[in-house]
Amino acid sequence: MTPTSAPSTEEFLDLLRTMLLIRRVEERLRDDFHAGKLPGGVHLYIGQEAVAAGVCAHLNDDDWIASTHRGHGHFLAKGGDPKAMIAEIHGKETGICRGMGGSMHVADFSRGIIGANGIVGGGVGITVGAALAAQLENKGQVAVCFFGDGAANQGVFMEAMNVGALWKLPLVLICEHNGFSEFSPSDTVTAGDIADRPEAFDIPSTSVDGNDAIAVWEAASAAVDHARRGNGPSFVLATTYRTHGHNEGEVYWLSGTYRDNSEIEDWNRRDPIERLTRTLVERDICTLDEVGAMDREILDTVEDACAFAEASAVPSPDAVQDLMFFNQAP
Amino acid sequence: MAKKRLIQAINDALTEEMERDERVILFGEDVEISMFGDTVGLLDRFGPDRVRNTPICEATLSGMAVGAAAAGYRVILHMMFSNFIYTGFDAIANQMAKIRLMTGGQIMLPVTVIAGYGGGRSTAAQHSDTPYPALMNLGGINVAVPSTPADAAGLLKTAIRGNNPTFYLEAGGRGGQRGEVPDGDHLMPLGQAAIRRSGGDVTLVSVGAMMRPTLRAARALAADGIEAEVIDCRTLVPLDTETIKASVARTGRLVVVDEARDRCSAASHIAAVIAEESFHDLRAPVRRVTVPNIAMPYAPNVEKPLLPNPERIAEAAATLVQA
Repeated sequence: MTPTSAPSTEEFLDLLRTMLLIRRVEERLRDDFHAGKLPGGVHLYIGQEAVAAGVCAHLNDDDWIASTHRGHGHFLAKGGDPKAMIAEIHGKETGICRGMGGSMHVADFSRGIIGANGIVGGGVGITVGAALAAQLENKGQVAVCFFGDGAANQGVFMEAMNVGALWKLPLVLICEHNGFSEFSPSDTVTAGDIADRPEAFDIPSTSVDGNDAIAVWEAASAAVDHARRGNGPSFVLATTYRTHGHNEGEVYWLSGTYRDNSEIEDWNRRDPIERLTRTLVERDICTLDEVGAMDREILDTVEDACAFAEASAVPSPDAVQDLMFFNQAP
Repeated sequence: MAKKRLIQAINDALTEEMERDERVILFGEDVEISMFGDTVGLLDRFGPDRVRNTPICEATLSGMAVGAAAAGYRVILHMMFSNFIYTGFDAIANQMAKIRLMTGGQIMLPVTVIAGYGGGRSTAAQHSDTPYPALMNLGGINVAVPSTPADAAGLLKTAIRGNNPTFYLEAGGRGGQRGEVPDGDHLMPLGQAAIRRSGGDVTLVSVGAMMRPTLRAARALAADGIEAEVIDCRTLVPLDTETIKASVARTGRLVVVDEARDRCSAASHIAAVIAEESFHDLRAPVRRVTVPNIAMPYAPNVEKPLLPNPERIAEAAATLVQA
């Protein structure tokens, strides 16, 4: 598949803004986690921002996404409210899920965000269902599944490709190959090239540098367009790197290490945000000063969102009574 | 009133609900040819958009039910044999049962999952389970176990129109049983047990298809001068504990008949509720007539005696009354 277009100036700036927002939110959550301010753990998206931003740039509010346990970036890129997300991660009643889901379950159905998911591969079948609904609606909606190289080894991945291709569903499969299945380096748990797997189902498969926001944007543009036109599923393998741990708390309880620091340093030199910034400056789309101003604005947004979260009340313990069932006692 | 076979009552209810609401969709393995006969004719009538044969991929099918319902459809998922629920259990236990709570109540999940359950026909260990105890324990899942054509129709219509995930379990091999079904739009609310027979000496609570052997046991007991009250649960979640408690308050004795394996069975739950909440009404210990903690064997002479039968039920009841 070939990209349908290149980003416009405004689209370039939106891409950078989204990536910066994700980075600044994640850095703040990192700090707040280590300061003991968060009740639960967080799985940070730092280093992978180009994927969520590059894909979601092509989506409308009524398109669906399902995400992973590392889902803050997808939530924000799809237009989710940072205040409501951060309040959720603080376990507050103003959280997007009223404090009932936490970091691993941030969802906003009004924006097509079916939700992050604590089960590796858990979003795959759900996305197929949303894609079926989108096909029945026949309004050009698409359903996008973000999942990792770890989830690509779950059986549902094969099942979903089979059903999606068989029924020509408007399904976009985005595999973020971040190098690790939890604590296991990918090559110790994965045979072959994941990007070869869709081809067995005649699903178009594209491999991109997941730290190159423009490459992701272009690949996603083609994949989303393919689905919108009713041509069926497509697959994008975005190779990136998880610069933080599987779980931010792992440094406190993991018995050993599973990678060299030099590997992290190598990938930090390929930072997707620095890379996009450099390109935009080189192409005279913006200046470094303008990026700085954008960053300060985002830092203010993050600061406001955190202050809002911290000042918010905790949910009433009774709130759970209404949540297991609709209009029925649990 | 019209006399119908149980499977016909289900087929009619599905047809009526799909006719009534075009956002009801149905998918599953072989729903076109319909192994049990419950979905026969639906594909021809409603077309391949709304009625779809699927590949055999339960892990994805249960996830799809969640996704399509979250995206605004009323989903009926046919899982054929209820053992296949285990194959699709991840999205049932981790998504379907929890997504409403996890997302702070942002969505309703109108999903009806149909599957045939139970042994007694030499279908062997992997086609004869009764997975409702596991489903009952998940939390956000309703469980219906209809035993008559009227309830089969009424509970299915309620499940489809409802806004919560409901497992609608058909007792395997009982599709030919006939009974009266009320004319018109017959709905049976979830959580209302039926008193199938009145009696003052002992309460016999039956789960699903255990209703018939339980009634036969009650008739045998009557011949011996023991009047049993027979209560058919109809649904296990929600469970009509009030009707059971009120009966136990009259009889002072309880036998629960359940074709699930004994440990953590529906019978165990009902026994625990009565032990906690009706202890002072009891004149004898609660008895459970269930299947031993054994997988269903194939050979009929080994399988049959494992299932509750009228003799075992009557014996358990008589022991309590004579105690």
